[in-house]
Amino acid sequence: MAHDTLPRPHDVKSAGRPSLPGPVRRRRHWSRRPNPLAGLGSVLWLAVVIVPIYAMISASLTRQDEALGHNALKPPSRPTLENYNTVLHNGFGHLLLNTVIVAAAVVVIVLVLCVPLSYVAVRSRTFWAGSAFRLFLLGVAIPAQAVVVPLYLLISQLNLYDSLIAIILPTAAFAMPVSVLILTGTMRDISEEMYEAMALDGASTTRMLFQLVIPMTKGGISTVVIYSALQAWNGFLFPLIFTQSDGPRVLTLGLFNYVSQFGVNIPALLASVVLSGIPIFAVYLVARRALVNGLMGVGGK
Amino acid sequence: MTKSTTAVRKGRTTEGARTGRPHAVWVLPGVLFFVFFALAPMALAFYLSFTKWNGLGDPEPVGLANWEKMLHDPRLTQSLTVTVLLTVVSWAFQTVVSLLLGVWAAGRQRNRAILSAVFFVPFLLSSTAISLLFYALLDPNFGIIRHDTLGTTSGAFLAIVFVGGWQFIPFHTLIYQGGARQIPEVLYQAAAMDGAGRYRQFFSITLPQLRNTMTTSSVLMIVGSLTYFETVLILTQGGPGTDTAILPYLMYEAGFKSYDFGYASAVASFLVVAATALSLLLVRLSGFGAMRSTREGM
Repeated sequence: MAHDTLPRPHDVKSAGRPSLPGPVRRRRHWSRRPNPLAGLGSVLWLAVVIVPIYAMISASLTRQDEALGHNALKPPSRPTLENYNTVLHNGFGHLLLNTVIVAAAVVVIVLVLCVPLSYVAVRSRTFWAGSAFRLFLLGVAIPAQAVVVPLYLLISQLNLYDSLIAIILPTAAFAMPVSVLILTGTMRDISEEMYEAMALDGASTTRMLFQLVIPMTKGGISTVVIYSALQAWNGFLFPLIFTQSDGPRVLTLGLFNYVSQFGVNIPALLASVVLSGIPIFAVYLVARRALVNGLMGVGGK
Repeated sequence: MTKSTTAVRKGRTTEGARTGRPHAVWVLPGVLFFVFFALAPMALAFYLSFTKWNGLGDPEPVGLANWEKMLHDPRLTQSLTVTVLLTVVSWAFQTVVSLLLGVWAAGRQRNRAILSAVFFVPFLLSSTAISLLFYALLDPNFGIIRHDTLGTTSGAFLAIVFVGGWQFIPFHTLIYQGGARQIPEVLYQAAAMDGAGRYRQFFSITLPQLRNTMTTSSVLMIVGSLTYFETVLILTQGGPGTDTAILPYLMYEAGFKSYDFGYASAVASFLVVAATALSLLLVRLSGFGAMRSTREGM
């Protein structure tokens, strides 16, 4: 609080002489003063985030016979990797592969369908293009739960029950509304002049899509890739209802099945939870900036 | 607003008209796909709600029987109350925490950047994984809290709220951080010149400037909390009793546990009506699709 008085005089100065150079000029006004209350809050939230993660990792390294009655906050006395071994020998690789296939297919379908759709929604002036946009705007609120019963009927009629395609198609459809909103949002920023310049060069509307719109929409497209991949990665309801055998089982459903499989073997269960997080955590370590910026795009940049 | 952009375009019509516009037929594959896998099933759910069907054979028309049963079902009233309560409490919890964390994280200090990177970690786990984690940590024989938290109504309810928040607050924090960084610095300089302190600035500049961000975030939160299905399934199975059976869970039980697909469809239709009404209201109040265009001026 005592620091409050320090920066103020120069604020006034810098406002009077906006061209003030050098180290005094920083990006954010609020970044200059420490805020003890916020600091306290952030440490508190750090505990909320860290404690469960710590307990999870520590428990996953505990021997099964020591787990019962063991204080989850105490580090294991004799740490072991046997729980990870148990999980890896229970088809974890297969689950992971299925999930990756589903996520990749969903991303491709969403991009192939939504990019041209959003392009037309932004550029075309026809009634139909506008209606298509409004359809997806409304579609944001359709909960997937509301349609699982009829989709189950539809999927069985199409003979797709218990296959990866049964998960992929509806997951892609339900990732579309938000994807369209993100893409149209980014595409609206392309100025009319750029289209006119391309038209002067005699470009067709298709060429405009590939040489102007797609390159200018890279940010929006990467947001859509991250968003739809996460939808597929986290999807639980569609796999639960539309598959049953081991063949097309994905990671989320596999984790859920471990509950009955491992029973009271909570260390193994938590080892599977840790393992399920590792792939995305790896992506996060390698491409944090891209991931974070992409997700910020879901909220409107 | 969509309106204002069209207005702008109309002003330029004479020049713009010569520029080729893509044919509307390009929207067709996407629209058909969406209609087939999302909208048509919704209509089908409505149809099925007037039938009796156990998943095998053909659905049998039964008129309004399912709807009558539903409207007199005490579980539906309870379920609706829990769903609304869960949505409102989750929204309040997540908004307050993410708003504060987001504004805090918008500062450029090194320690804030590092902590923000840590705060994001829960979002890297799927909701299934997170529900399993807390299922284990809340286990009275094993977990952190040696108390049957999930055995009491309020404990189970708060656990669902907390677990949902634990997962989604990182994401909404990010949205608020992005929003807070777009607030023009000049506003704060002007306020400082007028002698406004930190808290005054927060309430008089930051909050009003984040109005659009708050709408976006709230829409995503409210629609998202209708889907806490796996959290409920894994943590409480709707229990104790049916105290945390939110609408989607009630529908799942009716359909895929009791094989009463007609009744499940009636509950699903009700969910669609409620969600659509809610979204229409939110779109009307906020102009969701327009958010970005209002930002363009900034």
